[in-house]
Amino acid sequence: MSTNIYVPDVNRRSKASRAQSRLAWLLITPTIIVLTIVIIVPVFQSLQQSLYGKPGLDPETGFVSDVEPFVGLDNYTSIFTDAGSRFWTAAWNTTLFGVVTVVLETILGVAMALIMHRAMRGRGFVRAAILVPWAIPTAVSAILWGWIFNQNGVANAILGQHIMWASGNASAKLAIIIADVWKTAPYIGLLTLAGLQVIPDEVYEAAKIDGANAWKRFTKITLPLVKPALVVAVLFRALDALRMFDLPYILIGPRKNSVETISMLVQDEASNLRYGSAAAYALILFLYVFIFAFAFTRITHADLGATAPRSGGGRRRKLPATVFLPQGRPAAVGATSDNTIARTSERSKS
Amino acid sequence: MSSNLPRRRFIQGSAVIAALSAAAACSRGDSNNPGGGASAVSTADFTGTGPITWVQGKDNSDGKVQERIDQWNELYPDEKVTLIELSSEADQQRQSLINNAQTQSDAYDVISIDNVWVAEFAANQWVVPLPADELKNDDIIESVWETGLYRDVLYGMPFATDSSIMFYRKDFLQEAGVEVPTTWDEVKSAIDAVRALPGHENIGGFGGQFAKYEGLTCCASEFINTAGGSFYDDEGNVTINSPEAIAGLQILIDGFKDGYIPAESLEWKEEDGRNAFEAGNLLFYRQWPYQYANNLAALGEEKFGVAALPTIDGKAFVPTLGGHNCGISTYSKNKATALKFVQWWTSQESEQYALETQTLAPILGSLYEDSEMLEKFPYLPTLRESLDSAQGRPKAVAYGDVTAAIQDALYPAVQQQATAEEAISNLETSLKALA
Repeated sequence: MSTNIYVPDVNRRSKASRAQSRLAWLLITPTIIVLTIVIIVPVFQSLQQSLYGKPGLDPETGFVSDVEPFVGLDNYTSIFTDAGSRFWTAAWNTTLFGVVTVVLETILGVAMALIMHRAMRGRGFVRAAILVPWAIPTAVSAILWGWIFNQNGVANAILGQHIMWASGNASAKLAIIIADVWKTAPYIGLLTLAGLQVIPDEVYEAAKIDGANAWKRFTKITLPLVKPALVVAVLFRALDALRMFDLPYILIGPRKNSVETISMLVQDEASNLRYGSAAAYALILFLYVFIFAFAFTRITHADLGATAPRSGGGRRRKLPATVFLPQGRPAAVGATSDNTIARTSERSKS
Repeated sequence: MSSNLPRRRFIQGSAVIAALSAAAACSRGDSNNPGGGASAVSTADFTGTGPITWVQGKDNSDGKVQERIDQWNELYPDEKVTLIELSSEADQQRQSLINNAQTQSDAYDVISIDNVWVAEFAANQWVVPLPADELKNDDIIESVWETGLYRDVLYGMPFATDSSIMFYRKDFLQEAGVEVPTTWDEVKSAIDAVRALPGHENIGGFGGQFAKYEGLTCCASEFINTAGGSFYDDEGNVTINSPEAIAGLQILIDGFKDGYIPAESLEWKEEDGRNAFEAGNLLFYRQWPYQYANNLAALGEEKFGVAALPTIDGKAFVPTLGGHNCGISTYSKNKATALKFVQWWTSQESEQYALETQTLAPILGSLYEDSEMLEKFPYLPTLRESLDSAQGRPKAVAYGDVTAAIQDALYPAVQQQATAEEAISNLETSLKALA
């Protein structure tokens, strides 16, 4: 692109671009303030809190000290040493639930989406019915499943067994997995359905003409085209599953090694007034979830900014902030988009 | 996100949002330092009169608590009391009370605290020491009074107590022609006798609350205490690893192994076992007295009875003491009114009202002998007997950790996954680590 054409305009535009950049800052400031208050400050507070221990008991007066002692990284080291077995059990449970439930939910969810996508009578009703489990609050569904997995509950009645679900190890884990899959497979189903609906029918028709069978069409057309939506759904579910707290807490109960997750450790520590170690656990969980999300988006090349598939390029176009401003000189549509490209390339040079 | 954050930080964080001043939160200048510091012990001054709040768990008695408070409000219109009901779950009640104390809020004045929380609330100075001489009288049952003490100072005035008793199926025992057992061996042979009857082959024997929660701590420590074991001595040293404690736990383990205690009760909380008892699937049930009214409604007088828990190897059963105490929040503005209310709330009249309307066990001995009460509540002498021999749970500041350690160590044992020796020695290790 020749810069000559734009030379007479340079001053005006750089002034405009400064104004534009100011406006951009102005527009995102509320977001930054909110993010700072609700995320960044608490995270740093947690970080700071995690360096302090539990106030000691004064043997003379019998009162708890006013000051929390600074213990440095002791909270972290004790997680991996003294409390190690409990932490690793919780980490293992967290990972197990995260992986198993999400895999099952994805398979079921895609199946649900394919069913819902079929043109059939009462489709609206089926969709609404599938959505019901997702609409029930987790705490409520945990109580419902608690009744089902009671000694005298429906599960044992159907199986004709007398399984003690809550006090077993594998049975308690299984109960959690079943309840979680029941609740959240519809979520993946719905997001996948949204992805399915943007795939044009012509693609399938063409494939049919080329002689692709149903499985080929599913693996070569449906899956790749629905992937962006599916990846987002799976990522959200996985993040949720790794933070799982209320389902095992209510369905099986607190401090049960069989289903204890890292979130439950955080709650347990905080409820026993050990905020330092609770903060340490919380940050470890934060880090774990963060690393997971990062790795996941890298591996799947998830484009979280857009849900619809984009062809080629890779570089996203930026919409200039000035499009929101009344322009002094109304430009033709074509010219505006030209300007946009020129500005973008100019900024990327500087 | 918020669920991942330690709560107090979160509380402060929310305050920050409200105030929009991030700087305030960063200053670590201990805002959670209770005003008076150590000096608050001796000089809790009860000044300030005016409206106050009474904070307790959910009232399940159909508004009877409010009715009683209305009576106070008529007597003292200038010092009105407002009832604040918290969750029905003990854990959540404690969380709310602690949140309130840590934010130094004056929203709660007189609070109902479970007697195992007294030490924690006192040590953190969330409640003020109470004038024992103004509240004590000879009618208060001694073991109940002691639940309110921390380091010999009264912090929680008992207003309702609780102790375990044995419910039994009168109809089944009569069918088998067996007397009400008074010893553990008689309990076992009664179970055998009933199981010999047609239709009762699979009846559960002696049930209790053995799920892994506070109930396990209560039920299992009864066996240990009965055998002569103890968790701590008077100086607070860990004394759990004794032959007596191991023997007591062994009796419990054997009860499960030999099928006298039903394996189902490993998942039972209070209500699960009550359902089994009322459905005729359980012969004996160790429970709190509140079950009496439910049984009366479900079974009728003819089908069930109440007795003291059995002696084991010639030793009298030592029940675990439950119950709730009144504490006065450190941050209460109207402490004079609060104290006056505590006195009124634990008076003879109030205790009788609570017994009659909510079947709360009174703290006053005379009510257990009152002929009118005896007619309405024939289990009172049994309960009184239980109360007199009952023992409180360990008075630990970090009681949450202590009871968790007890549950962690003893649950595998009752599940037959650890021996009594192993469980007790693990428990000793974890209790010592807490000290």
